[in-house]
Amino acid sequence: MASLLHQIQHQGVTINAPLPLDSGQVLPSVTIAYQSYGTLNADKSNAVLICHALTGDQYVASDHPATGKPGWWARMVGPGKPIDTDRFHVICANVLGSCMGTSGPATPDTASGAPLGMAFPVITITDMVRAQAMLLDHLGISRLHAVVGGSMGGMQALAWAAAYPDRIASALVIASAARHSAQNIAFHEVGRQAIMADPDWRDGQYYGSARAPTKGLAVARMAAHITYLSEEGLTEKFGRRLQARDIKSFGFDADFQVESYLRHQGLAFTDRFDANAYLYITRAMDYFDLAEPHDGRLAGAFAKAKDVRFTLVSFDTDWLYPTSESRRIVQALQSVGAPASFVELSAPFGHDSFLLDVPALDRIIAGTLGRGG
Amino acid sequence: MTKLRPDLEIIANAIPGRTRVLDVGCGDGALMAELRAHKYVDARGLEIDVAAIEAAMAQGLSVVQGDANRDLADYPDDAFDYAILSQTLQTTERPDRVVEELLRIAPRAFVSFPNFAHWRVRMSLLWNGRMPVTRLLPVAWYETPNIHHVTVSDFRDLVRARGIRVERAWYLSGDRPTSDAAATWRAEHAIFLIARG
Repeated sequence: MASLLHQIQHQGVTINAPLPLDSGQVLPSVTIAYQSYGTLNADKSNAVLICHALTGDQYVASDHPATGKPGWWARMVGPGKPIDTDRFHVICANVLGSCMGTSGPATPDTASGAPLGMAFPVITITDMVRAQAMLLDHLGISRLHAVVGGSMGGMQALAWAAAYPDRIASALVIASAARHSAQNIAFHEVGRQAIMADPDWRDGQYYGSARAPTKGLAVARMAAHITYLSEEGLTEKFGRRLQARDIKSFGFDADFQVESYLRHQGLAFTDRFDANAYLYITRAMDYFDLAEPHDGRLAGAFAKAKDVRFTLVSFDTDWLYPTSESRRIVQALQSVGAPASFVELSAPFGHDSFLLDVPALDRIIAGTLGRGG
Repeated sequence: MTKLRPDLEIIANAIPGRTRVLDVGCGDGALMAELRAHKYVDARGLEIDVAAIEAAMAQGLSVVQGDANRDLADYPDDAFDYAILSQTLQTTERPDRVVEELLRIAPRAFVSFPNFAHWRVRMSLLWNGRMPVTRLLPVAWYETPNIHHVTVSDFRDLVRARGIRVERAWYLSGDRPTSDAAATWRAEHAIFLIARG
């Protein structure tokens, strides 16, 4: 399936300028695939950048080209929606290192023409943001009305505030964190090991072959998917109910509904995602710690962001990026005097709440973006 | 704009323009919006109720969810010119510590509270022997959020003991001002502007 994935054509731009990376390496040029919605106004002041999560993509409000499913935030983005494309020019770019058209491990090497695989440099969240800034330069947009993101998208929004505070008027950070915790890294490492243990991974050089490490990628997705849901949500949805049978099989089929669900989630994921991209992006998230360059003081990251309006939202059932992480960010923002709003919303869906039907989130996003569009 | 509550209007009139203000227990941000619109004040809020925070955020106000008992500690010293605590002091776990936190965060603070020594309260206790249920204290003793009832005299004693200066005070009977001299029994509501000693 991975080979089919790489045959999809995406709208994008190749920028022939070097992209310096946190690792010290340099990408000589970068291709960025993106979607945009709504009209950029004459003074270019109504641009909103949406940053997607780990396994998200630029098809925020368009049908997914591989799965045909509606965009991942179609409920939030569109005409008359909370992020109103009648008022805002919305841009969403596939992140650096991903697999939907932007430069990543499947990108061909300029010399040999073969996919880079693990020769693609390790990237960071800030590198992703640098690439987005290059895209905005290319589009002639010097300043964003807002940068919006949930989960890893929220990390990018925070990195925007740290790296380019003069280029954003506001940042909306939903269900996110300013660093990856030991537990976050641990879950990602399980996923990476599952991919690398798949014999079809072959050190990342599987692109030309008929077989991709789909089993490993599916297991990685299964482990990660558990972290996106709440225990309460899982119990309510599946409990201990059996899948299409009345009695236990005394075997290792998917006896329980929750097993069947996870297997399906894992398998479906391999139709739309590349295993190497999963390795690179999870690595970028694990390396994320905005306080690190400032001797562990998070406030240092926001020292120049005093004029950025921040909105942070957490969910009470999100144990992946819990409320305490949002509060830590708010505390840092308060210590530099940046205008910050924060609210913990109650929703049953765990971390995934930011993607699902939480009317209070819609109202907050619409309200926060609403002024001065 | 809807009319502000009388105590908030007094505070709004007393705050100089272009200052930095923290409204603790800001509700839906009515006072903050007024200060921003008419005095160019850089106003921030702290509020515990999610629906109220949503309403404030929808007006583009900066409000953080939090509890005056715990979360004032997150603000640095002198982060603001004024802190405001309106009709909240009597609901806090340690009102004395909250007052000290306010004057750490800002050199000056407005503190308003219902006066438990108002004559109606006194009468209710004297004649009925029961905790009063009045216009400003409308909830029965067992479910009231007001866990530290305070009188004008109590508050004056507290600030004196802590070396805090009272720069101004306003007393309301109904929605009308009443004199300093009669405040201890005639004021339903008191508003103090206090400052570090």
